[in-house]
Amino acid sequence: MKPAPFEYVRIDHPDELSALLTEHGPEAAVLAGGQSLMPILNLRLRRPRVLLDLSRCRALHDLTPTSGGLQIGAAVTQATVLSWPRLAHQVPLLALALPHVGNPQIRSRGTLCGSLAHAHPQAELPLCLAALDGEIVLRSQRGERRIAAADFFIAAQKTACRPDEYIAQAHIPCQSIDEGSAFLEVAVRVTGQAQVACAAIAGPHRLRLAVLAGQATPQVHDYPLLPEADLRDQLDIIARSLALSCASADDDAYRRQLVVSLGLNALKQAQRARDRRAAVDAQIMEHRR
Amino acid sequence: MSERASRFGPSAGTRVEDAALLCGRGQFADDLGCKPGTLHAAILRSSHAHARLRGVDVSAAERAVGVRAVLTADDVTRWSRPLLAALRVPVLQPVLAKDAVHYVGEPLAVVLAENRYLAEDALEAIRVEYEPLPPVLDIAQALTLDGPRAHADLAQNIVSDRSYCYGDPDAALAAASHRVRLQIAYPRNTATPLECGVVVAEHFPDGNGGHGAYEVMSNFTGPMSLHAVMAMALQVPESHLRLRFPRDVGGSFGTKQSLFSAIVLLCLAARKAGAPVKWVEDRREHMTAATSATARRSHIEAAVQDDGRIAALSFDQIDDVGAYLRAPEPATFYRMHGCLTGAYAIQHLRVRNRVVLTNKTPTGLVRGFGGPQVYFALERLVQRIAVQLGLDPLDVYRRNFIAKDAFPYRAAAGALIDSGDYAATLAVALQAADITALRDRQRQARSEGRLYGIGFAAVVEPSISNMGYVTAALTAEQRAHAGPKQGALAAATVQIDPLGGITVGIDSMPAGQGHRTVCAQRVAAVFGLAPGDIVVNSELDTQKDAWSIAAGNYSCRFAGAVAGAVQIAAQRLRDRVAQHCADLLGCAPQDVVFAAGSLHARGQPEHILPLARVLSGPHWAPALSTEAGPPPLRETVFFTPETLHAPSSDDRVNASATYGFVFDLCALEIDRTTGRVYIDRYVTAHDAGRLLHPALADGQVRGGFAQALGAALSEELRYDGQGRFASQTLSDYLLPTCLDVPAPIIVHTQTPSPFTPLGAKGIGEGNSMSTPVCIANAVADALSSLPQSEHCQDLRLPLTPATVLALVAGGQGQAATGTVAVQTGKIR
Amino acid sequence: MKRWKQSELVPVQVELNGVQRRGLCEPRVLLSDFLRDTLGATGTHVGCETGECGACTIRVDGVAQRSCLTLAVQADGRCIETVEGLAQADGSLCELQHALRERFALQCGFCIPGILMTCAEMLKRRPLPEDEQIPGLLAGHLCRCTGYTDLLAAVRHTVAEVRRREAAHPASAPSVGVHDA
Ligand SMILES: Cc1cc2nc3c(=O)[nH]c(=O)nc-3n(C[C@H](O)[C@H](O)[C@H](O)COP(=O)(O)OP(=O)(O)OC[C@H]3O[C@@H](n4cnc5c(N)ncnc54)[C@H](O)[C@@H]3O)c2cc1C
Ligand code: FES
Ligand code: FES
Repeated sequence: MKPAPFEYVRIDHPDELSALLTEHGPEAAVLAGGQSLMPILNLRLRRPRVLLDLSRCRALHDLTPTSGGLQIGAAVTQATVLSWPRLAHQVPLLALALPHVGNPQIRSRGTLCGSLAHAHPQAELPLCLAALDGEIVLRSQRGERRIAAADFFIAAQKTACRPDEYIAQAHIPCQSIDEGSAFLEVAVRVTGQAQVACAAIAGPHRLRLAVLAGQATPQVHDYPLLPEADLRDQLDIIARSLALSCASADDDAYRRQLVVSLGLNALKQAQRARDRRAAVDAQIMEHRR
Repeated sequence: MSERASRFGPSAGTRVEDAALLCGRGQFADDLGCKPGTLHAAILRSSHAHARLRGVDVSAAERAVGVRAVLTADDVTRWSRPLLAALRVPVLQPVLAKDAVHYVGEPLAVVLAENRYLAEDALEAIRVEYEPLPPVLDIAQALTLDGPRAHADLAQNIVSDRSYCYGDPDAALAAASHRVRLQIAYPRNTATPLECGVVVAEHFPDGNGGHGAYEVMSNFTGPMSLHAVMAMALQVPESHLRLRFPRDVGGSFGTKQSLFSAIVLLCLAARKAGAPVKWVEDRREHMTAATSATARRSHIEAAVQDDGRIAALSFDQIDDVGAYLRAPEPATFYRMHGCLTGAYAIQHLRVRNRVVLTNKTPTGLVRGFGGPQVYFALERLVQRIAVQLGLDPLDVYRRNFIAKDAFPYRAAAGALIDSGDYAATLAVALQAADITALRDRQRQARSEGRLYGIGFAAVVEPSISNMGYVTAALTAEQRAHAGPKQGALAAATVQIDPLGGITVGIDSMPAGQGHRTVCAQRVAAVFGLAPGDIVVNSELDTQKDAWSIAAGNYSCRFAGAVAGAVQIAAQRLRDRVAQHCADLLGCAPQDVVFAAGSLHARGQPEHILPLARVLSGPHWAPALSTEAGPPPLRETVFFTPETLHAPSSDDRVNASATYGFVFDLCALEIDRTTGRVYIDRYVTAHDAGRLLHPALADGQVRGGFAQALGAALSEELRYDGQGRFASQTLSDYLLPTCLDVPAPIIVHTQTPSPFTPLGAKGIGEGNSMSTPVCIANAVADALSSLPQSEHCQDLRLPLTPATVLALVAGGQGQAATGTVAVQTGKIR
Repeated sequence: MKRWKQSELVPVQVELNGVQRRGLCEPRVLLSDFLRDTLGATGTHVGCETGECGACTIRVDGVAQRSCLTLAVQADGRCIETVEGLAQADGSLCELQHALRERFALQCGFCIPGILMTCAEMLKRRPLPEDEQIPGLLAGHLCRCTGYTDLLAAVRHTVAEVRRREAAHPASAPSVGVHDA
């Protein structure tokens, strides 16, 4: 299990990356944290001719709070995002989801953008990006374009990123303080690849559920505040319509079933979180008065 | 002699192995330097489950950068014979496939290059033309008369079909007031050590009188009976196949037995290359092609009296051994044959054993070898008996156990179960579990609609394998023709160096069990020294050390046999030393006392002789000591338990020298939403005879429990509908992590074995046998509170959340969700 | 930008356990192989080469990570710590290693080098992890021999000892239970 030969380039400046991607196109692979790409190379499932390592590119290491959200550079690791002190306050969903990604030694190298680029159907971060209406900045010599999560994930491990482009950064909008979040996941082991994961956001007037159950791309569903029975009906519809092709029919059935029960639980938890947050806010207001 | 004074010196009883391992100074096979010029091997493996080979073109690979040679099937045919099997079978395994491939991962060619990277590059330059053939993928398919054959020219996939009858099972079954039946399936899984296989081989054309000889270093762990198979395949006398072993092995759990075919392959590769070659198995190769536990289907039936007493048992068992009957198969059956009646006094027994070939990886030793398959059937049956007769399972156990005063007990099929007090061990387990409180907790949970179950398992854990047991697969006439095979030799050597230091050599290859610690403790105690004073070397060398076909690290032979041999050797050497120095001390030899690094005559502690000086004496002045026999410098002992005979003419076989006992209890809850199983309490009670080192024994139990938990809940070697292998990496084959494994409560009783020198028995395999079925019984019990729980009896491992949730849905008499049933057309 | 052709032998220099070491390798060579085969530091083990088992875990600039998922060229100029650097200057075991031995926390020891490096990082964190966080920090390491119980006990014990000492002597320099390379 050793990689096939490749040319290696250590990128110091983003322009070098664009130039080389233009030069090599599909024959090149961007190496970020390597936590997905390196196993693939070791198993020789892919054989890029050139590896473009952006991990030491200073300009891509920025994690910047902006007016409406968080701007995360291509080289920012999942561990860095998780340890950003205001994460739980500003993007609670991400703070809840990130601990489900691999384990600490994987997150210390794996990047958030790399996970989005990899677009594995079982990955938590694409799901979160979709649930949060995040955006991705794609850059090439032709220029920059900003693309919404909904348009970015096209199929399993297939994104809108063209061969001469790379993800320069991801934008994650801050969650509003009257929202509550929940992230629930089930895997065969306690840790490991998710079979089903549900990201839920509850606002004062609407509910949102993003579901990962083995289908190709994350699915996001919005609902008004419905009673539980109606929500269950809605989830039944989602479960039925999921396009799955798991190893076995049992596995498919399991995932459909879990989408309903886990989805409901996630929505309930998110609403409780929202109500808790509101109660705390009310207390603070009371206190100020 | 004293420990180095440091802040963190070792306490008494800690392992002599650990300091090096903790500092990165282990000497695992891949850590040992190679000769300059050693080439690195990469193996081309079949991507098809079953296919005719139209051609294997290696010419481009031979020209690739850094490549020095490519070994092909033609070379293999020229220089070797296929691997001998334990039974006469129509197909023997070649180490490289020639005309057809029969499982995914079967070796096709070996590239030898300057490094592994280049060798793997060259693999891609080999062109293979396959003509796919229909594969045989499971036991049911293997049995069909008109279905595909695992090898195109086989008349049938069944390669062994033997029936056995002990007592009068038919009469007992006919007369029974209840007959309880069960069908079970045991899946393919494996023990997956963290370290994979390593082979370094060299060919010496001048050796063996010019016919060529081989030398190998490998982390193969025996049984060394396979050394003969390797030598015969290589067509050299065994003395010309020298095998050496590294000091450290990163786990084996039996699986490294499977390396013997790779050893033959790499020897031939070295011959082709004219240079030493090294192969390091990678994880994908290990998962795909190393080995697997034998998959089994059994029909089991019991004749049961109203009180739950079992009068007779009937087993109809079918084993899937993969594409070849690789030695020592069909040992998975016969290791357990003598004790198929488990912990119970059942004198009537009927058995039918069939072995089928399939297009999957050949099977072999995996921790528990044979036990998990038998007990999954037998102990599930005991649970069913209790349910069907409305009895407390604990009463069923108590009524059927072999009575305490019946030991040594001759079981129906021939096991001579040496010692035990099963009811006492059960009582200890119940006490540790606080069974009354647990049952209260269960009632409470059930009243809240939760799925809470309590399961049990009782297993007899054989250890120290009788080298003749697999011949029970032959008929008595065939056995008579082949000559008797029996016994279980263990070899140990204790020797003294010229400054009086003591070195011990053993014929097991420890893979983490702490053999060196235990041996050092035994020998130190005999000579009145500290364990740190004794050197134990387990790096067996077949040309220099004492060994036999039974040598190796398997069947938990260490505590009972090897440590016993060490003890005997040390005592003999000590007695001879005493003989030699008795005059100096002016006392009788039996009055020489060895204590604290010196010698004195009993009752005269003030007059001491330094031990090192006395021990070293014969090196410097052998003439002075010849009066009392040869100089006491070295003692080698071969020990074999006396109770291990060849199978009798009526097919009774005592397959193991000792039999431990395990009684397990598991209380768990099923999460109704996710189907995940949460273990609330797990108690495992062991009687492994005398425990030589309780902390190490507990380590074996904990490790075995964790592996068994994986087998119960997450691990399976999976194939898809075309026979493609789907568990190639550790993200597909799910080993438990520290978040998955609860700490079991371990309790011990100790009834020493009368048949081993130290009264010890094995303890490392019991949980592999007891835990999967104990968990399954607990799951069955949890499901029994559902209205249609009769649907939930067919429990299949692994009990993944999806499997369990499907059972819950079945027990509720409905599909998972109404919509799903429509969607998939599948209502469980 | 640094650019290396595919079969070019690249000079790689690292500080390995406090010592400057250098070697040549192709760009595709894994750091795990470079450490073991080129630098002879065989204490770091390889169990899967897909990141799952954790045996190859080392610290790069203090951060615990997989050496099988890193290229040797990526480590050029970095500071690497491996199991070989953990013992005390006089060769005796560090507190953490000692705790593992005392509690019979290892069997074959193949997984241990990686686990120790994750623990070494953990012991330098402030605040120290709580007992219930420790399994999560170690869940990226597979051990096939021990069932983890004694391992977790040894690690918890060491963390507790360090915490206790620091509480007793808040002024003194942080003691970390492992030797600092
Ligand atoms: C043991 C283990 C467990 C894991 N568990 C999980 C898990 O539970 N959940 C989960 O989601 N993931 C998991 N992962 C994957 C991990 O999260 C990866 O870090 C992530 O998927 C990829 O990020 P990376 O920075 O490592 O990208 P790389 O591996 O470097 O790259 C991945 C892919 O994305 C491309 N790419 C990377 N960055 C860019 C960019 N900026 N622009 C364009 N293309 C780019 C690469 O070319 C490559 O095709 C696990 C990995 C391992 C080894
Ligand atoms: S070898 Fe790197 S994680 Fe297994
Ligand atoms: S001690 Fe053997 S794998 Fe952990």
